[in-house]
Amino acid sequence: MADELVDADSGPDSGTGTDLGSAERVCRRDETSAVLRLSEAEAAVLAGGPDDPPAGDTSDQRMILNMGPSHPSTHGVLRLLLEMEGETVLRSKPVIGYLHTGMEKTAEDLTYLQGPTNVTRMDYAAPLFSELAFSLAVENLLDLEIPPRATWIRMLMCELNRVSSHLLFQATNGMDLGAVSMMIYGWREREEVLRFFEKVTGLRMNHNYIRPGGVAADLPEGWQADVRRLLDLIPPRLDEYDTLLTGQPIFRERLQGVGVMNPAEALALSATGPILRSTGYAWDLRRDEPYLAYDEVEFDVIVGTHGDAFDRYAIRLNEIRESLRIVEQILDLMPGGDFRAQDKKVTPPPRSRIDESMEALIHHFKIFTEGFHVPEGETYAAVESPRGEVGCYLVSDGGPKPYRMHIRGPSFVNLQTLPHLMEGGLIADGVAVISSVDPIMGEVDR
Amino acid sequence: MSDPTPDGTDTTPTAKDDPVVPTAWGVPVVESGGQTVLHPPVDRWLETVKACRDDGFCMAIDLVAVDYSAHPGRTDLPPGIEPERFEVVASLISHASGRRVRLRTQVPEHDPVVPSLFDLFPGTEAMEREAWDLVGVAFDGHPDPTRILLPEDWEGHPLRRDVAMGRIPVQFRDAPAVR
Repeated sequence: MADELVDADSGPDSGTGTDLGSAERVCRRDETSAVLRLSEAEAAVLAGGPDDPPAGDTSDQRMILNMGPSHPSTHGVLRLLLEMEGETVLRSKPVIGYLHTGMEKTAEDLTYLQGPTNVTRMDYAAPLFSELAFSLAVENLLDLEIPPRATWIRMLMCELNRVSSHLLFQATNGMDLGAVSMMIYGWREREEVLRFFEKVTGLRMNHNYIRPGGVAADLPEGWQADVRRLLDLIPPRLDEYDTLLTGQPIFRERLQGVGVMNPAEALALSATGPILRSTGYAWDLRRDEPYLAYDEVEFDVIVGTHGDAFDRYAIRLNEIRESLRIVEQILDLMPGGDFRAQDKKVTPPPRSRIDESMEALIHHFKIFTEGFHVPEGETYAAVESPRGEVGCYLVSDGGPKPYRMHIRGPSFVNLQTLPHLMEGGLIADGVAVISSVDPIMGEVDR
Repeated sequence: MSDPTPDGTDTTPTAKDDPVVPTAWGVPVVESGGQTVLHPPVDRWLETVKACRDDGFCMAIDLVAVDYSAHPGRTDLPPGIEPERFEVVASLISHASGRRVRLRTQVPEHDPVVPSLFDLFPGTEAMEREAWDLVGVAFDGHPDPTRILLPEDWEGHPLRRDVAMGRIPVQFRDAPAVR
């Protein structure tokens, strides 16, 4: 066993040649681990109830505390089993599934065109990224080339979605830490971005906008002015956040040194996104495995130094700035042309043709009822969402519906870091840690 | 018992008809749409993943189980790999070389057990619990083999193809009775 553990930290190299540290802490499988590996039934016996004192030896002052699933700081319905000694968290276990609605099973009953309607409801704070991963996977199987304008519209919308998602994080993070005014400000700016989404896609959330073959509709008339307004509006507000939070001693005290993780541990736990980057490990799919046209725009990958909750806050704040930098370049580089592939097998005919051609009407009807057939095979497509790598594993049996559709939710995987980040800390810091992991339960439970 | 063809050659498969399957890390490898896919047998699952890890694949990015019972006669397996009911698919990524590999192993219905990757990649803990919960493939040596998304007392594994899609009947007001 010990050999295995030493082995795990001699593995990867970030390319910078720096020491990644040891992953030994997260590899423990016995009761010294930070993960409380108890079933709910076992935990219930240990925790006891008001009329039913906890079983076993209680002289060590340890107790099992149940936090959630309905708790304001758990971002929805995350439940934590905490083993406490006084105020100190010893071991913990996230209990999830309260929002499980079987979306992967549902996907097997939806055509490829209906698929984005389903996956967009997973990460409801960054819905366009799941749609994008799903669409890229379908296009992989179809071997379908999409027009440049569709690619750039996807990039524009995704970067703005990253902004809105990180603004939501700023809001909820502030709220969790007691800076309630931050909640109002974060929500206020996010709403401006959502208003643009509503104009483009018709909906504030759950857009169903990015679809296999391109996007659902072209950008509306005057979209440049709307985007420019956002570019003028948001950066000064970010500077205000800096004044309100970043430099403020109470806020820094609350976050610095809380929930620390080193790069080797983050890699071992398959953590991606701001959690991995907060450890100083520069890994961003937009730069390292460029998809869409990210190799044609300039941006920096933001990394932290200490791997603590403050770094994760600062990374998200600065990623908003980088995303706006990308959006500014997209304004100049947006090409003309089609907003979806002109492949008759995949793309429905334009609305105007339906009124004049019987064949177009039948074609339209067939695509929306039966759907289009996708060649047999399996593929995996990944994109960098605000929370890390969101991937779509898609299996087709040659029919009009996916045989199996699996979304690799970054929140689901990142949630495994929680017990290790909370180990040995105070329960009040636990709230800061949950917030800094920024899980979206819709995606965790799917 | 194969009949000779008109020109007298025998149609029994020979080494010539059997294309040489390329291998990597000692297991069959195929390129699928530009992605590298390895097909280790289940008894070489751990050692293949370990060999990949030692070659710089530093992260297990995804692990998923698939029930193929409703898709007989699939054609995407290399020769020599017998299709089974279940398949466990793991995706690994190498940051140093920027490459990904996907490992697909066939898991028989009568013994749906795969060795756990926990000791190599602790990050697969939740993914393996999910695969057990939803598809019912067990992971030998997993530190916490419990359900993760469904309640503990749930029976069955809903992502198996013989489990029907759940439905809630909707009764519309003023709707005519069923004829």
